[in-house]
Amino acid sequence: MPKRRVIPGFGLSMGFTLTYLSLIILIPLAALFLKAARLGPAQWWNILTSPRVIAAAELTFGASAAAAIVSTIFGLLVTWVLVRYRFPGKRLLDAMVDLPFALPTAVAGITLTAIYAPNGWIGHSLSQWGIQVAYTPLGVFVALTFIGFPFVVRTLQPVMEDFGSEYEEAAATLGAGRWTIFWRVIFPMFIPALITGFTLAFARAIGEYGSVIFISGNLPMKTEILPLLVVSQLEQFKYEAAAVISSGMLIVSFLLLFLINLLQRQLNWQNR
Amino acid sequence: MASRPVTTESAPVRLLLIGGAVAFLALFLLLPLTAVFAEAFRKGWEVFLAALHEDAALSAIKLTLIAAGVSVPLNTLFGVAAAWLVTKFRFRGRSLLISLIDLPFAVSPVIAGLVWVLLFGARGWFPPTAMADAFAPAAHLAASLAEYRGLGWLFTDLAAWLADPKIIFALPGIVIATVFITFPFVARELIPLMETQGSDQEEAAVTLGARGWHIFFRVTLPNIKWGLLYGVLLCNARAMGEFGAVSVVSGHIRGETNTLPLHVEVLYNEYQFSAAFACATLLAFLALVTLGMKSAVECFTGHQSTGHK
Amino acid sequence: MKNILIIPLLATTLCTLSGCGKSVPSTEAKHPISLLNVSYDPTREFYVEVNAAFQSLWKSKTNQSLEIKQSHGGSGKQARSVIDGLQADVVTLALAGDIDSLAKEAKLVPADWQAKLPNNSAPYTSTIVFVVRKGNPKAIKDWADLTHDGIQVITPNPKTSGGARWNYLAAWAWANKEFGGDETKVLDYMTRLFKNVPVLDTGARAATTTFAQRGIGDIFLSWENEAYLIEKEFPGKTEIIYPSISILAEPPVAVVEKNTAKHGTSEVAKAYLEFLYTDEAQELAGKHFYRARNPKIAAKYHDKLPEIPLVTIDNEFGGWAKAQKTHFDDGGTFDKVYGTH
Repeated sequence: MPKRRVIPGFGLSMGFTLTYLSLIILIPLAALFLKAARLGPAQWWNILTSPRVIAAAELTFGASAAAAIVSTIFGLLVTWVLVRYRFPGKRLLDAMVDLPFALPTAVAGITLTAIYAPNGWIGHSLSQWGIQVAYTPLGVFVALTFIGFPFVVRTLQPVMEDFGSEYEEAAATLGAGRWTIFWRVIFPMFIPALITGFTLAFARAIGEYGSVIFISGNLPMKTEILPLLVVSQLEQFKYEAAAVISSGMLIVSFLLLFLINLLQRQLNWQNR
Repeated sequence: MASRPVTTESAPVRLLLIGGAVAFLALFLLLPLTAVFAEAFRKGWEVFLAALHEDAALSAIKLTLIAAGVSVPLNTLFGVAAAWLVTKFRFRGRSLLISLIDLPFAVSPVIAGLVWVLLFGARGWFPPTAMADAFAPAAHLAASLAEYRGLGWLFTDLAAWLADPKIIFALPGIVIATVFITFPFVARELIPLMETQGSDQEEAAVTLGARGWHIFFRVTLPNIKWGLLYGVLLCNARAMGEFGAVSVVSGHIRGETNTLPLHVEVLYNEYQFSAAFACATLLAFLALVTLGMKSAVECFTGHQSTGHK
Repeated sequence: MKNILIIPLLATTLCTLSGCGKSVPSTEAKHPISLLNVSYDPTREFYVEVNAAFQSLWKSKTNQSLEIKQSHGGSGKQARSVIDGLQADVVTLALAGDIDSLAKEAKLVPADWQAKLPNNSAPYTSTIVFVVRKGNPKAIKDWADLTHDGIQVITPNPKTSGGARWNYLAAWAWANKEFGGDETKVLDYMTRLFKNVPVLDTGARAATTTFAQRGIGDIFLSWENEAYLIEKEFPGKTEIIYPSISILAEPPVAVVEKNTAKHGTSEVAKAYLEFLYTDEAQELAGKHFYRARNPKIAAKYHDKLPEIPLVTIDNEFGGWAKAQKTHFDDGGTFDKVYGTH
């Protein structure tokens, strides 16, 4: 790090980044924390450890993690297929990946519920197997997978498209099998992007509100997510309590993001 | 492909992988998309077109375009600067900075709207009444400038706004909420890409005597253009589709502060299911526009991604 | 300081581009004026017709053209928006508690707002009824049937929906009468009732969709006017059952005096709300399945909207402020029903 910076633009990019970050993100979030700070530590503790908040937190973070893992696995598969192979309809599939971004979350929620409700296209067949998706934690997981999936594909895709075949050829020349090449040569190159994709899908899922409330059923202690608790605090004009739950969510999310980014830095150093 | 068997898999494996990917996409994406279109056209073309032609729909479309039109360029600029900063330089607090950039992803849309209410609401830090007082001199100045020809109309509006500075429950609030929500997209797309690429080329360019902007436009930009494009398109899609945060700051005034996603909600709540989904298909079409633009850029630059050369 | 200036500048440019800055209140006499009516979800269709009628009336009376803008959303959320600065001239919300908060939190309306207009400032009323599947296959007749095994009840979440609070209080009122005011038994009834609730949507319309479109549940607790709208939108699928007792739901209206003083719209806002009590508007209320206050017009709709015993929020629950605190705030009876406190 102490070596002289050869590449120009440090001052400019640092200045602009920090100014913009403060204006758009830090000042507004500071307003939130200050609102929350009007309540003392004891009240913070009471709010954050109430059984209802804990149950909602377990569901929110658990379903988000599960959804992000599934998104990452299938994201890798889908990106690989989209970048590496040619087949009819590929372009259309490629375009469809962005759908969860473009569709308003409420529409996504309504549509997913229509599909997975017991009288829906998929929900109907599943219910014959005794599986209920809509109005259960499984429904929350489905909605969050839908919301998070594009993050994995779209972070991985440019990296994969950029990845030349030289390394693979070299490895093949040295006699490595295809499977070995994938695990030893290709996969490690994608790890940073995969971790980023996972992080983003996970982070996005934690805060998601619009699509989840339609499919989750919102039963206290069972299928209630944290953002809904924030809204129900607001309904009682308890802005401070809402800010406390929001701040709690933010702190946990931020710590998770920070840990993952540290982990990634570690991996990058090892790769060097 | 057949000439380079070492860099691809055997046909059965390929088929298996394609099958798996297609099945997943069909289940999670194609099915919802089909459902949206099926609902939209349930009552036929006339209802579909009428839904998009309504005044409230048109004003919602306009508002959505403005919000995206401001937030996407701003966040693109930021994304490039931030990605340059965190991938070309090592400095203390770098991981912290990256995590801060990610943070808006984790902020629930409900909260993303709430923070602006806490700042600019009638009981917030900068309530409209206090801002009106603070801006009074500026409003006077603008009002006197409005006398002049040419740009007078601009100052008339400026004076009007300064006299009654509405942020939330008006266009500016919708725009800043959208900026907040789409803040990390471009940066997050570029960071892993530039990380993988390293800085060797830029360093070589410096050695050869190239200057700052020159390096960026000639060396870096061509390398990151795909990532940048994806980032911009995603940012745009998300900006146009954002519902939760905008819903908090919009005030839901029909024909005035309803964006397209909010308009969809309004229609849905009016039991105009077909019309609601018709407007939703407009947003779904965005994904197809994305495809079109990507192909256009591919054509224009003659790019073929390395995988299927 | 620089930061603070950038946002307004940016905002102004935007405003100019989009032409939204032109809504400055004007002092000129015959200049067109505009009113903003901030209302809750199910009133949309009703107010579209009311607005058209009032606009032509105002025009003929004063020769001034009037634009009426509408905003709809959940009642509580709408009240919060007005408190946080949404420039409403009049509010027409689902429950008096929400307008009370305008007075309490921000002094936007006088504390005695409810006395400003006749009938508790509620120009039309409604009640809570049962919507069941066609033919009433589960033979649901009254509140007692809702706690039976195998019955699924759909209601929105009282924490987030105004309509749901009316539902909850209606059930409570029946149980209170049934068990002679024994609160343990009432609470037990409510707990068993909510055990039968598979989905708690955040708003009344979302709950309607769950019941009518998704086919979830056997009985849907609904606003009376919504129940008739469901019959219209999903013909032949549902039936309305009137329980032995329900609650008189009074969706109130008020002029947001602090805002109208600023906009110079006090007079027209007051006239607008008074118009709601005229025969013309009362007819429209009946047409949209609200119960008209005017007895003559209400009588016309009696075969559709029959008289049933109704408790009132004031007599049974001591007003909204008290009801909200006892039942819906954190630690209230609703939380006890779910065992979260």
